[in-house]
Amino acid sequence: MTPAAAVRDAAIAALVAFGLFAMLVGLRTDVSPTGGLFLRQRWADVALLCGIVFAGRLALTLWLGRRALRPSTGPTPLTLQLQRLGRFFAPAMLAAALVLPFIPGIGRYELDIGILVLTYVMLGWGLNIVVGLAGLLDLGYVAFYAIGAYSYALLAQYFGLSFWICLPLAGILAAFWGVILGFPVLRLRGDYLAIVTLAFGEIIRVVLINWASLTGGPNGISGIPRPTFFGLPFSMSGGEGSFAGFFGLEPSPSHRVIFLYYLIFFLALLTNWVTIRLRRQPLGRAWEALREDEIACRSLGINIRDTKLSAFAIGAMFGGFAGAFFATRQAFISPESFTFIESAIILAIVVLGGLGSQVGVAVAALVMIGGFEVFRNLEEWRMLVFGAAMVVIMVLRPRGLIGTRTPTIALKEKRIIGKDLVGEGRG
Amino acid sequence: MSATPPMLEVDCVSAGYGAVQALQEVSLQVQPGEIVTLIGANGAGKSTLLMTICGDPKPRGGRIRLAGEDITGQPTHAIMRRGVAQSPEGRRIFPRMTVQENLLMGAEALTREDPGPQMEQAFALFPRLKERLAQRGGTLSGGEQQMLAIGRALMSKPKLLLLDEPSLGLAPLVVKQIFDAIRALNAQTGLTVLLVEQNANLALRLAHRGYVLVNGRITMEGPGRALLARPEIRDAYLGGGHG
Repeated sequence: MTPAAAVRDAAIAALVAFGLFAMLVGLRTDVSPTGGLFLRQRWADVALLCGIVFAGRLALTLWLGRRALRPSTGPTPLTLQLQRLGRFFAPAMLAAALVLPFIPGIGRYELDIGILVLTYVMLGWGLNIVVGLAGLLDLGYVAFYAIGAYSYALLAQYFGLSFWICLPLAGILAAFWGVILGFPVLRLRGDYLAIVTLAFGEIIRVVLINWASLTGGPNGISGIPRPTFFGLPFSMSGGEGSFAGFFGLEPSPSHRVIFLYYLIFFLALLTNWVTIRLRRQPLGRAWEALREDEIACRSLGINIRDTKLSAFAIGAMFGGFAGAFFATRQAFISPESFTFIESAIILAIVVLGGLGSQVGVAVAALVMIGGFEVFRNLEEWRMLVFGAAMVVIMVLRPRGLIGTRTPTIALKEKRIIGKDLVGEGRG
Repeated sequence: MSATPPMLEVDCVSAGYGAVQALQEVSLQVQPGEIVTLIGANGAGKSTLLMTICGDPKPRGGRIRLAGEDITGQPTHAIMRRGVAQSPEGRRIFPRMTVQENLLMGAEALTREDPGPQMEQAFALFPRLKERLAQRGGTLSGGEQQMLAIGRALMSKPKLLLLDEPSLGLAPLVVKQIFDAIRALNAQTGLTVLLVEQNANLALRLAHRGYVLVNGRITMEGPGRALLARPEIRDAYLGGGHG
């Protein structure tokens, strides 16, 4: 694009921005000291916003236009560099996560963020099985998170079962509901599947709100038992039967936080390990083949029903584990924690990270959830910052942070398939 | 008729989608070790017949027997498990997976055996696949993709191979290469092949016997060369005898 055309294009963008902002920002109704309403005009702000849009659009077109077109037969130098870096990146991140609680300067607050991030890493990896590998667009993943959380809360409340018994039960129940969801949507793909899964997520939440006699309705469930260290509670008194007393430590509230941190760390690693193992198995390859071409799968004798249901069930199971963990960590749950926005965040993590990429999902969870907490002092501006950050990522790396796909099997050396060779995901 | 039952017996099968009746009481037989071709114009119902044999759509009437056993109405994966393999129309290889992964997909669903020997057979048939082993399926040329689709179908050690328009969109030289491979495969291993083709000239030269499908009905059948000599075939499918 020539500079003149770029300026024209930017001017049009600024005009559109003016049309939007003139009413939204330029005119504001305020309460006057006398109590009546009056219109406050803020044309300086409008001019500023239009200027930003103009400059941004201009910079974008000029910069994009400058990029030379390359034949895409091989990975770009940048991709190769990232790959070289990536070999050390994942182990480094893992090591950092492992020693995080013992790094000086890491307090209770930082550890809490760590727990939150790891929870979303786990949820992202769980959803990655359904969306990234099997290619089934699921907008209601939070339902399984909710089922896991409520399973633990209710089993503990009504039957007094401990966390360690309830954890597998929560996973099994969530997997069961995954199959229940899977059956009616076996024949659906893409947009239609997304709508039904979205509705499923809402149904679960609405049931939780309205079945007040069982779930406590909007008030939620409080007093959910905290986890024990294999039977040893983390009590502040430090008696004989407690964690601190057993190991002869000074009782401290940070013990429980550190324990929770390692618990979710372990659960997330379990999710990752199972996914990596399954990808190399016939089942995992069948999921990926299903994402690529369902009709071809059928013609090869793959049982589509079982393949889809297993993806839903295993993805849901990890959501259930994470839910049980969430319940025991918070000690209080209510349907408010399981709204659609949670599903959207988890899906955003998977898409931003790169569908099917384990490391990418972890990085995206760190950036999305960790970043959201770090920028807390920006107050309402942080939503804007995040929207902009997501747009930038998608412009720069349209297939996610890590858009490469490692073959599940290789004869001699492993070759990574560059992101340029990977087609855009189909829903 | 011989004592052994036909490998595939389609007996008065009708099928269709919704209100559309695509097949009307179609009957055909494929004997073990035979190459049989089904030719016909666009929309005659060739692909529908192949898909009906694979169980989707389910036939509305008639029976389908595989080596004497009734497979009518069974789900697709169950039929494939009985020794049927298909190279679907338009090839439909998995574009993001490597050639090796594509081949493995053909074996994994159906057998628990070592896929090594079958893979070697595919390489012997199409040496190009071995060169391209680590390459992503979507980056292959059309001919290579067709080779991959056939190689992938052979991975499950089928008794009956169904080929849906393997010549679609390929250069004549590549088509010849693929048809030669099918002939060699049949001669060496005795694999039974049902070939659906629009390229009637090549298909009838390759096949032992042929059927002609017009508007969902079989109108003619006979040995490949004999059909090729019939004037009505030459007029309808071979461009008035210039083919």
